[in-house]
Amino acid sequence: MKALSQKRRHPLAAIALLLMGLLLTGGLYAVATTVNEAKASTTTYSANDVEEGGKLFAANCATCHGMGASGSQDGPSLVGVGAAAVDFQVGTGRMPMQMNGPQALEKPVQFNDEQTHQLAAYVASLGAGPAIPEEHLLDEGGNAAEGGELFRTNCAMCHNAAAAGGALTRGKFAPALSDTSGKHIYEAMVTGPQNMPVFSDSNITPEGKRDIITFLKQIETSGSPGGADLGSLGPVAEGLFVWVAGLGVIIAFTIWLTSRTS
Amino acid sequence: MSAASTAEPAFVAKTKTGRFTDFVDARVGGSGILREFGRKVFPDHWSFMFGEVALYSFVILLLSGTFLTFFFDPSMAETHYDGSYVPLKGVEMSVAYNSSLDISFDVRGGLFMRQVHHWAALLFVASIAVHMLRVFFTGAFRKPREMNWVVGGVLLILAMAAGFTGYSLPDDLLSGNGLRIIDGVIKSIPVIGTYISFFLFGGEFPGTAIIGRLYMLHILLVPALILLMIVLHLFMVVVHKHTQYPGPGRNDNNVVGYPLGPVYAAKAGGFFFIVFGVLALMAGFFTINPIWNYGPYDPSPVSAGTQPDWYIGFVDGALRLMPGTLGNWQVEQDWFGFVFSFNVLLPALVPAGILFTVMFMYPWIERWITKDDREHHVLDRPRNAPTRTAIGMAGFVWYCVMWAAAGSDLIATHFGVSLNDVTYWLRALFFIGPIIAFIVTKRVALALQRKDREIALHGRETGRIVRLPHGEFIEVHAPLDEYKRYKLVGFESPEVLPAVPNEHGVVTSKEKRRAFLSKWFFEDRVAPATPAELEAAHGHGHAAVEAPEEAKSLSH
Repeated sequence: MKALSQKRRHPLAAIALLLMGLLLTGGLYAVATTVNEAKASTTTYSANDVEEGGKLFAANCATCHGMGASGSQDGPSLVGVGAAAVDFQVGTGRMPMQMNGPQALEKPVQFNDEQTHQLAAYVASLGAGPAIPEEHLLDEGGNAAEGGELFRTNCAMCHNAAAAGGALTRGKFAPALSDTSGKHIYEAMVTGPQNMPVFSDSNITPEGKRDIITFLKQIETSGSPGGADLGSLGPVAEGLFVWVAGLGVIIAFTIWLTSRTS
Repeated sequence: MSAASTAEPAFVAKTKTGRFTDFVDARVGGSGILREFGRKVFPDHWSFMFGEVALYSFVILLLSGTFLTFFFDPSMAETHYDGSYVPLKGVEMSVAYNSSLDISFDVRGGLFMRQVHHWAALLFVASIAVHMLRVFFTGAFRKPREMNWVVGGVLLILAMAAGFTGYSLPDDLLSGNGLRIIDGVIKSIPVIGTYISFFLFGGEFPGTAIIGRLYMLHILLVPALILLMIVLHLFMVVVHKHTQYPGPGRNDNNVVGYPLGPVYAAKAGGFFFIVFGVLALMAGFFTINPIWNYGPYDPSPVSAGTQPDWYIGFVDGALRLMPGTLGNWQVEQDWFGFVFSFNVLLPALVPAGILFTVMFMYPWIERWITKDDREHHVLDRPRNAPTRTAIGMAGFVWYCVMWAAAGSDLIATHFGVSLNDVTYWLRALFFIGPIIAFIVTKRVALALQRKDREIALHGRETGRIVRLPHGEFIEVHAPLDEYKRYKLVGFESPEVLPAVPNEHGVVTSKEKRRAFLSKWFFEDRVAPATPAELEAAHGHGHAAVEAPEEAKSLSH
């Protein structure tokens, strides 16, 4: 200890202290983030999957994302995005992208399940990232009420309180969630596709995500108790309906009532 | 009651019913009332029935609203939901929201009644709006009905107030978001805004008082005022008698139509049930304001697609259109230590202020310009008052631009366009839309007048081409019958009234302005065909042209 106390006024002491501090916080942060994201995938990918995935990637994705998924001017690097990102983007048909636009649009899926699995294996092999969620998180057995509260606080400002979707700036939009599978909803939360923010596990716990999926599936399957929901779009749709259908029928009646038999 | 009849012995009815009615009649004079009102004549036209729709919607609102008050609790105390709707089970919420959910899920017929009430509210304001458009475009607001026009305008504002206070009551997320916008608008009023907001909410937004206060306004004050205004409105309709569309035999001194009793009364009574039926069907099959989707109000979450009900939409739209900066000028200014938040104040209050001021003053504006002090009971066809119709359409388009802006996000998502572009276009249309509407409407109205004149003078084109013996081709025009022709020529067409000096021989600047406006109003004018013109058109050698459609030969 004496040696240390003697050196405490050394010109480099401050720098050494700073370095130690940085290393400590950086190290803690690295640990914390890996706790969040690098949930080492429980799905194991065979070497064959990775190899086949690499071939598919080179043929279909590398034009934009670059050889080795290192990114290019036209597309971001995919190192570290994880299998979840691939499963979401490819599994919903958003990738491969049909054309440039404000955001990648959902379209018929281009790859079958096996090919998607192989692509995911390849990208996951490039660097640790969010994995495809485990089955027990997608069983829709969570607490719908809790999920509803989480949804209203974190998601409704873009996706609408009834998950009917909403507009973002410059042609971008948050899609309606009614036909989206629980797996894809989960993957979207952990990877933050398009303009969506990432909801890491420290932000919304895996159980919270499970609750959100439970809530969304429950409002989807329970239907609309009050009759046709007019797209769950709120007062604009209701106003349109009363002006067009409501007043339209009333006007038809007024014409009938005031018509003369001639 | 002649002197002879009073001399007769007292009348004794033979049947029980007769004695009963005689008893009542002798005390309240029922037969006199019935005679007076039963003979009241109402002209028949479909466009005259929107006021009735509004009245019936209001009756339905009273009935369904009373049902809702049995179960609604306007308390903002906190509770945990324990009703039938699973996705909200155990969620912390206000008692008001809890009771609204109970009405929706646990009170028999409650959801249906809630939906009847809400659909009826939308239809109430919509039918008032259509009714006012009809009155404006047909010139029914002219003397002696200016005051009734104002009462109608007050009714529109009261209907909006009733709608807004009711919209906030369920205390769901959507209505809370709407209330927050109103709070923002109130706070944007310079200097006193914050004080008004604190007074209204009983402290900082949202507080624990607002739902109870809005409830009292919604079920007590506003409906009472609406009822009072309806009474005034209908009283004046009785005093003034109903207007009528122009037609043969109709003038400013008569009313042509059916007497109220019995046919018209039966029709009107039946129509009430038709409106009720339409609303019941809508409430039964189409959901409105699904409060369970929105969740309880909490000031932190704001849902995408938050809009007010349609009648407040134009204010919301104006707010959405307002830019945050004008060039380099920040619209939020700090003057004399007070914040002037023009980005909220201007769009929230100015367009609505202009709209309602012009609407209320319009009968007097037109009266001043035309110097017309006569009573008008025969309506104008909109085309026969081109400038008025154009002004109305300009205002209508202006309103619709703001109205559309309230749905700008839905326009963007449903038509696959950029939200920013929608906003830019609507901002441009906010200024040029009314001008385009004015010009186009005026031209269309004048063109229709020319067409009317042409038809009155030369008859209807039959599409039958005839070759005359000397080789000329003509199209046979069928003359109109007298009734149809009257509609096309029997209207007033005011002319420009130039400025005239007053009693001192001075042309005042006010009179000059009036003359200028008169010129602007009536400069472009298509005069109705005069009898002389009609005579001329029919007289000089148009035998072939005038051949009725039935005449197959051209022998004469």
